[in-house]
Amino acid sequence: MKIVVCIKQVPDTNEVKLDPVTNTLIREGVPSIINHDDKSGIEAALQLKEKVGGTVTAVCMGPPQADVALREALAMGCDDAVLISAREFGGSDTYATAVIVAAALKKIGFDIVITGRQAIDGDTAQVGPQIAENLHIPQVSYVEDIKVEGDKLVVKRQFEDRYHIIEVKPPCLLTALQELATPRYMHARGVVEAYEKEIRVFGFDDLKDSLNPEHIGLKGSPTNVIRSFTKQAKGQGTLHTDLSADEAVKVIVEKLEERHII
Amino acid sequence: MDFNLSKTHLLQQELFRRFAENEIKPLAEEMDEKEEYNRELLEKLKRYGFFGIPYSREYGGVGGDYLTYILCMEEVSKVDASTGITISVHTSLACSCIDSFGTEEQKQKWLRPLVDGSKIGCFGLTEPNAGTDAAGQQTKAVLDGDHYIINGAKIFTTNSGFADTFVVFAMTDKSKGTKGISAFVIDRNTPGLTVGKNIRRMGIRAASNCEVSYENVRIPVSQRLGKEGEGFKIAMKALDGGRIGIAAQAVGIAQGALNEAMKYVKERKQFGKRISSFQNTQFKLAELQTKIDAARLMTYRAAIVKDQGGNYGPLAAMAKLFASEMANEVTRACVQLMGGYGYSREYPVERMMRDAKITEIYEGTSEAMKMVIAGSMKIN
Repeated sequence: MKIVVCIKQVPDTNEVKLDPVTNTLIREGVPSIINHDDKSGIEAALQLKEKVGGTVTAVCMGPPQADVALREALAMGCDDAVLISAREFGGSDTYATAVIVAAALKKIGFDIVITGRQAIDGDTAQVGPQIAENLHIPQVSYVEDIKVEGDKLVVKRQFEDRYHIIEVKPPCLLTALQELATPRYMHARGVVEAYEKEIRVFGFDDLKDSLNPEHIGLKGSPTNVIRSFTKQAKGQGTLHTDLSADEAVKVIVEKLEERHII
Repeated sequence: MDFNLSKTHLLQQELFRRFAENEIKPLAEEMDEKEEYNRELLEKLKRYGFFGIPYSREYGGVGGDYLTYILCMEEVSKVDASTGITISVHTSLACSCIDSFGTEEQKQKWLRPLVDGSKIGCFGLTEPNAGTDAAGQQTKAVLDGDHYIINGAKIFTTNSGFADTFVVFAMTDKSKGTKGISAFVIDRNTPGLTVGKNIRRMGIRAASNCEVSYENVRIPVSQRLGKEGEGFKIAMKALDGGRIGIAAQAVGIAQGALNEAMKYVKERKQFGKRISSFQNTQFKLAELQTKIDAARLMTYRAAIVKDQGGNYGPLAAMAKLFASEMANEVTRACVQLMGGYGYSREYPVERMMRDAKITEIYEGTSEAMKMVIAGSMKIN
């Protein structure tokens, strides 16, 4: 089983502050960590490997400094690591990032791809699903548990008010929740070995044949951030459970009128 | 001269720091109160390689250098000095004797399980009547065919409450003084070896520190480390390295106390202001941090010289002398900065102050350190 885990290096939000003027993160002097959901993804991948055998490859897209996130993944027990890094990839939004990562995954090869649900700096939860779309493989998001049954996986997917139990056959992509697995620490010996291993670096030239250069980087990104602002806390909603359809429509219309929405 | 830690060292330090914060710190107070080391924590430390740091991967160790081990000692001691000494006695005393003087066969049999995280080691040199004067050993080992029979009593044997493997020193020829001492490695379950009561102490109360008696303990000659009469040399060499670990422990205790005091002064208000805004507080903290850093540099230097194969003995003694006295001063000052709360058992600095004292005593007292340093200076 060839398992590939996609990880992101993010600023430690416990230590981060917002710039009061621009409402963007002040990243200077803030330690970088592996995104929490992604780290659970690493743990899930290592546990899968321990059950069914195979290899775990950690993949990270970012600047050369993201190397340390991959060293940590190696020290936890991943077999090898790939850094996707090039000037051309800079400024990519989630769409462009998924195009690039998918191209790298085609080159690496995989049976199962695990990504974190979402990153604590962007909070979009888009990259994992978009990678799966680019690769034309099935995906299960919000994964809380993985079981192996024969040649398929039985996956527990968290949903707003219920769980879905989904059977999926590799090749497939799963997006991991923190609840999926509590990550192990690095092993002290693993740290020594992590720095003895070579991390493969994929630049633009390595991937250009399997991606559309128009769809990467700042230029290839359909999303533009116009403004950042701090979210206002939403009040608790009201639940109306014993209404007929007509009554329900009436209540909704009244509420919308009350707030001058319609 | 390069004062930067390598990338590997930085990542190791990160591992030690996270583990200490998340796994050790929450248990430190309770272990101190109960005067007992948490066994689940001990197992976790074994699992992540904390007991094999400076030993070869060939024997199942981590394959780190001595500086890595020193970084570990510092990080764990920031939150719990008892964890520090538990790792230290195992690593730099028990394991190092076997690593430096054991035969290949002895290393496979005794060192491997110690450094791969299966077993814990301890080191029995001190006796009720032989402390700094280690030559006053009364424990005897008498040759009987291809076996030795050991009789005697050791005291303050750290880790002995749960250790599997005992490195023990005994007189094989009283007439030769220090040259009549030999070293042995003994399994805990050997008949005649009895671990007595844990000695109640002022600090490092979670560590296990028992009396151990040896009554007609019969072991094969193959369990002697080095040659007959080499025991004193073996013990002194282990202690030379061990002292760097104790210096790092002292640096860790002091930094841990200072970190607590820093948090406190930023919150505590008196006379309408945070006490961190008083220049007296700022100057005191600046002085303390400077002293901690001086000790840290001395400690790292001794470790790096050891890694490079240089003459680190006197450097280790200087680091231990300075760092242990510094840790006592810093922890005392931190209790003072925090006033009544510092003295209360609600905050960890009183424990750190109690823990700091032992660093001036074990693995060579401050006075013994001065003997080593003066000896290296060719004064007389």
